[in-house]
Amino acid sequence: MINKFTKPASLREVSTHYCPGCGHGILHRLVAEVIDELNLRGKIIGVAPVGCAVVAYDYWDFDVSEAAHGRALAVATGIKRCRPQNIVFTYQGDGDLVSIGMAETMHAANRGENVTCIFVNNACYGMTGGQMAPTTLVGQPTVTTPWGRNPKYGEGWPIKLSEILAGLEGVNFAVRSSVSNPKQIMQTREHIKKAFLNQIEGKGFSIVEVLSPCPTVWQKSPTDAMKWIDEEMVKTFPLGIIKNI
Amino acid sequence: MAEAAIKAGCFFYAGYPITPQNEIPSYMAKRMRELGRVFIQAESELAAINMIFGAAATGVRSLTSSSSPGVSLKQEGISYIAGAQLPAVIINVMRGGPGLGNIASSQSDYFQSTRGGGHGDYYTPVLAPSSPEEAAKLVLLGFDMADFYRTPVLILADAIVGQMMEGVEFSSKSEFKKKLPPKNWALTGASNRPANIAKSFFLKEGALEAHNERLREKWEKIKQNEQRSSTYKTEDAKYLIVAYGSEARIAQEAVDMLRAKKIKAGLFRPITLWPYPEKNLKAVSKNIKKVFVVEQSLGQMVEDVRLSIPYKEIHFLGKSGGGIPLAKEIVKFVEKVTRNK
Repeated sequence: MINKFTKPASLREVSTHYCPGCGHGILHRLVAEVIDELNLRGKIIGVAPVGCAVVAYDYWDFDVSEAAHGRALAVATGIKRCRPQNIVFTYQGDGDLVSIGMAETMHAANRGENVTCIFVNNACYGMTGGQMAPTTLVGQPTVTTPWGRNPKYGEGWPIKLSEILAGLEGVNFAVRSSVSNPKQIMQTREHIKKAFLNQIEGKGFSIVEVLSPCPTVWQKSPTDAMKWIDEEMVKTFPLGIIKNI
Repeated sequence: MAEAAIKAGCFFYAGYPITPQNEIPSYMAKRMRELGRVFIQAESELAAINMIFGAAATGVRSLTSSSSPGVSLKQEGISYIAGAQLPAVIINVMRGGPGLGNIASSQSDYFQSTRGGGHGDYYTPVLAPSSPEEAAKLVLLGFDMADFYRTPVLILADAIVGQMMEGVEFSSKSEFKKKLPPKNWALTGASNRPANIAKSFFLKEGALEAHNERLREKWEKIKQNEQRSSTYKTEDAKYLIVAYGSEARIAQEAVDMLRAKKIKAGLFRPITLWPYPEKNLKAVSKNIKKVFVVEQSLGQMVEDVRLSIPYKEIHFLGKSGGGIPLAKEIVKFVEKVTRNK
């Protein structure tokens, strides 16, 4: 038997605009692989965010809606309530989901909307040039925290969204993994699959948080960025299952 | 308006409480569930309009309603819906502004409603009812226009029309006669067809320009085809009052009072505020000596009257912040101006 590395059918035959070493490429592929594996291409409807993944629909080959910045879970709510027979997921970054969209995030989760939220946490605003995100680590420099995020300057602490959402009745599955090493990449794939299966079973809201590298903003080489996730980021955002009902 | 939306086949409603339109979500909460359709009390106006984006993207008929400050919050979403060419109906039961203003009747969202309202180059058709029965009719028409042109449609009522109780004869069909196109753009899952994308984002050089030109063609088509208005005693009139919504009913009374005083007055009532019924206004005002624009605002629609018939003598009477130009005040105003010639 020959194992060939092929492109999932749910991924278009195009190259992406992402920076070298960016995590989106891996994660887009994982989403597409799971959709193919579960034979969901004809049923899936994605909601793309505002952020680096704003044109995710140029890379995925299935139905996708755009959403205004932060409003992906409101858009997903509208879609899923009108088409409960479809599988609906949002793909959102930390600024989108945890800052400007916090109200939509909390309330969609609290209503127990039967959708899946894939949360790409790279601890910064990538597309706009590397500003502080709600998930930026204490001490991490960004263009708007040039001396490192400092709670003493009123810049707050990293928000652990998955832990917060896990406290809501409407949430059935909250997990955190990364795309920083092969083991974690496979783990992330399993989490996405589990979240989609939960949705098929009508279990309610699932959040799959994924720590993802942004070598450009972090000013690290792609390999050092991966290492930084494994050695530093996980101290603030521990990996594993937070809630699984 | 809520029952008319039900009759129009509205499948999805999302809204956030705000006075003076709370009757709509209360009614929808009960009726939509009874019919197996969707009602959501959203966490905010932002969430509500973006839920509408999602619902509309699946091809169903969807509605949100609010009042002035809430509609301001919805503007971002309306801009996205217009850009992505999705059909939806938005009801604004206007109250006083700016800011939190008050909850009295007002017509001061005219600029916002007829000039796009949010960011970017776009318009939304704006339908302005002057009675509950007409409101019901315009909701039906609004859903058809939204589907036909793939655009958000605004129903602009003032608090008087919104709170008024009158008998309504319901129909389930609007006056819109054109055949509605199939919604093959809807997001339903890419089963045995290429993927559909709902988006207003066109990053490639020249792509947005081309998209906006297509939108321009659509706005032009709407301008040509959808101007609506009505008249009252204009056949022999020398003086024309122009008013819409509840103010038009007040002005109609003023016309009768003026006629009783042998002053030949008539009323022109725009039903579509965008597109503004300029063709009809031009025709109706042909033999008119003076035009009187009356609004529950400091003077917003009067600008469209000036743009439509700039060669006419135009006078303005307006009150804002809950003030309502009454029939006797309109009569006094018309008398004063006509006597001063």
